[in-house]
Amino acid sequence: MKSKYLYKTSIALAMAVVWTTGTSAEETLTVVSFGGSYAKACVDGYHKSFEEETGIKIKLEDYNGGLAQVRAQVDAGAVHWDVLDTESAPLMIGCDEGVFEEVSDLELPPAPDGTPAADDFFDGMLFDCGVGTLVYATVMVYNSENVDGEPPSTVKDFFDLEKFPGRRGMRRSPSGNLAWALMADGVPSDRIYEELSTEKGLQRAFRKLDTIKEHVIWWETGAQAPQLLADGEVFMTTAWNGRIFNAQVLENQPFVIIWDGHIRDYGALAIVAGAPNLENAKKFLQHATSTRGMVGVANHISYAPVRHSGLPLVGKHATTGVDMKPHMPTFPANSKNFLWYDIEFWTDREDELIERFNSWLSR
Amino acid sequence: MTDKRSGVQRLIVPVGLVLPLIAFILVTFVIPLGSMVIQSVHDPEVAEVLPNTLNLLSEWDGTSVPSEEVFESMAQELVLSRESRTTGKVATRVNRIASGTRSVFGKTARRLERIETTELRSAMIDIDDRWKDVELWIAIREAGREYTVKHYLHAVDLERELDGGIHPVSEDQRIYNTLYLRTLFVSLAVTFFCFLIGYPIAYAIANVSDSMAKILLLIVLIPFWTSLLVRTTSWLVLLQNQGVVNDILVWLGLVNDSDRLALIHNMTGTLVAMTHVLLPFMILPLYAVMRAIPTDYMKAAASLGANPAQSFVRVYFPQSLPGISAGCLLVFILSLGYYITPALVGGTKGQLISNMIAYHIQSSLNWGLAAAISVILLTGVFICYFIFDKWVGVDKLRLS
Repeated sequence: MKSKYLYKTSIALAMAVVWTTGTSAEETLTVVSFGGSYAKACVDGYHKSFEEETGIKIKLEDYNGGLAQVRAQVDAGAVHWDVLDTESAPLMIGCDEGVFEEVSDLELPPAPDGTPAADDFFDGMLFDCGVGTLVYATVMVYNSENVDGEPPSTVKDFFDLEKFPGRRGMRRSPSGNLAWALMADGVPSDRIYEELSTEKGLQRAFRKLDTIKEHVIWWETGAQAPQLLADGEVFMTTAWNGRIFNAQVLENQPFVIIWDGHIRDYGALAIVAGAPNLENAKKFLQHATSTRGMVGVANHISYAPVRHSGLPLVGKHATTGVDMKPHMPTFPANSKNFLWYDIEFWTDREDELIERFNSWLSR
Repeated sequence: MTDKRSGVQRLIVPVGLVLPLIAFILVTFVIPLGSMVIQSVHDPEVAEVLPNTLNLLSEWDGTSVPSEEVFESMAQELVLSRESRTTGKVATRVNRIASGTRSVFGKTARRLERIETTELRSAMIDIDDRWKDVELWIAIREAGREYTVKHYLHAVDLERELDGGIHPVSEDQRIYNTLYLRTLFVSLAVTFFCFLIGYPIAYAIANVSDSMAKILLLIVLIPFWTSLLVRTTSWLVLLQNQGVVNDILVWLGLVNDSDRLALIHNMTGTLVAMTHVLLPFMILPLYAVMRAIPTDYMKAAASLGANPAQSFVRVYFPQSLPGISAGCLLVFILSLGYYITPALVGGTKGQLISNMIAYHIQSSLNWGLAAAISVILLTGVFICYFIFDKWVGVDKLRLS
């Protein structure tokens, strides 16, 4: 008797589980992001308002970027992620590989003043498989405590070991470093990729990197760069501007960003192909990429909106009250000389250049 | 009846006990490994998207721009691929053979939809003049092979030239062979240092009182329970230029403040941090074996006139060999796959072969190449294992 009773209960329970997961799938959405202070900024910036306005419950998961997990889910036909916070290169490669839904016909909300989304977004921020959400920058930084005389102010200074002796921190990756090497060698920003497309230009870039190679400490993860600078291990380093903002404002580090020649890239939201909650995911994209959503993030972390209507609305940092505008890569004073990360060039050439860069490193 | 039943039971129980393990290994090891080996030689994507074009290309001479017929078929299949969203799969794969051609495919497929002409050859060359390049067509033909060894060639710094011969890649592109050798060197060195440091510690733990042994074991194990990243970062704090070790050396006057020692972001850093991380894997098997060595043997050796050094070398050491084998094999094989630690503390020389595997799995999505490198690494492990077996004998391996 007892076992029969148990048997029945377990069936009922199993059915209840199936039933609840089946129905709750209508009202939930799995959003996958990079974790840390950035994910927190997104939660405060637009997740909460999305949940309040739609009643859809967001399940937030963390990942370390890249496409391996998404592709594994799509290949196996067992997709449980809906929305993926991603970067330019994975967005392009993933779109080509068919792991993202096409969203080019998704209707996006207009700017607060009624400007249609197509005009409000920066050029090239609406993709076949995703919508741009923010601009971040890779910048050069120094620690003002270590500077006596005139501080460094240009990309040239980074490569000038005589004027500014001391070690340099650089990311162990070819992308920014090759461009900066050419800039320091006198190539104007608008001709960098033209030059990098030729064998001669590539050799020129590596030759310029040769001049500081012995003095470089290569960093791998975003947290290493501010750490190297704070510990006095390097005199200057390249870094992601969000990390430096955190160090400056939340940890009171005397770091100074050199905005000259910074490299801009964007972050974007994409929907995983075969997402279980496709309609909710679309609603989420519409909400998150509204001017309000982007400004919400920019008030928590120094990543700039990719809508023209965004920057003027950026206000003070939510907890420290610091004015966020001057920390935005797109702030006019910071935008005098910069370079966009050329996504077409890098998706075409990255594999080859990474191998070449590693080969150069080990010589 | 009872006998028969117990016979079946006798079979069911052991099989039942190992069944979960077999299932687990099958699902988590054998199947992924098998599919990985297949991926390294089998890539049907391009052949599935461009069947007709590839068919036509098999009769092409490989020296002149292909005929109108080939272009026509390519155009048709490209437009179809746009609908099935597979253009990118072709583009990625051709791009790996002829770097810098990825954008040709997407661009052409997009524009072809709007073109109303039958002169497809000139139309496509108008869209992108790279369609005149013989190299591009050779790359397409190459990418269309369902079964290929190209990933293996790539993984040992070789490439197939246009004429079909196999040559080393240009010098500034070579990387994988260097990384295999470096990985091997780092693993051997780490194993050696672990042995050097671990042996005396294990000996001490095995020969002190029980309560003392517990404390010493705890000291060995505590770092083992700490997160890998935390341990690695602590080494940064200790060894860096402005770090604790250098500060002490300067304070003691052994080193000038202006020329502090470079202890990290180089090979020294890699070896120190990895040895520390892997030390417990050496100490634990050594300790287990040493604890079982009776102290009577050493006493007997002494009573027969051997001095302590002699009795250690001729009596104790040989008995601890199974522990040494187990420890060395464990540490060596674990270090072959380590890469986070060397990447964080190893500087320019901190890139090991596993870093490239991770890159091709995570970022470039070239799983075929990642699989080929892994298979080569795995083969290396097997070779090491066989050398070890011939030299020491796996049957001597003991964990207690």
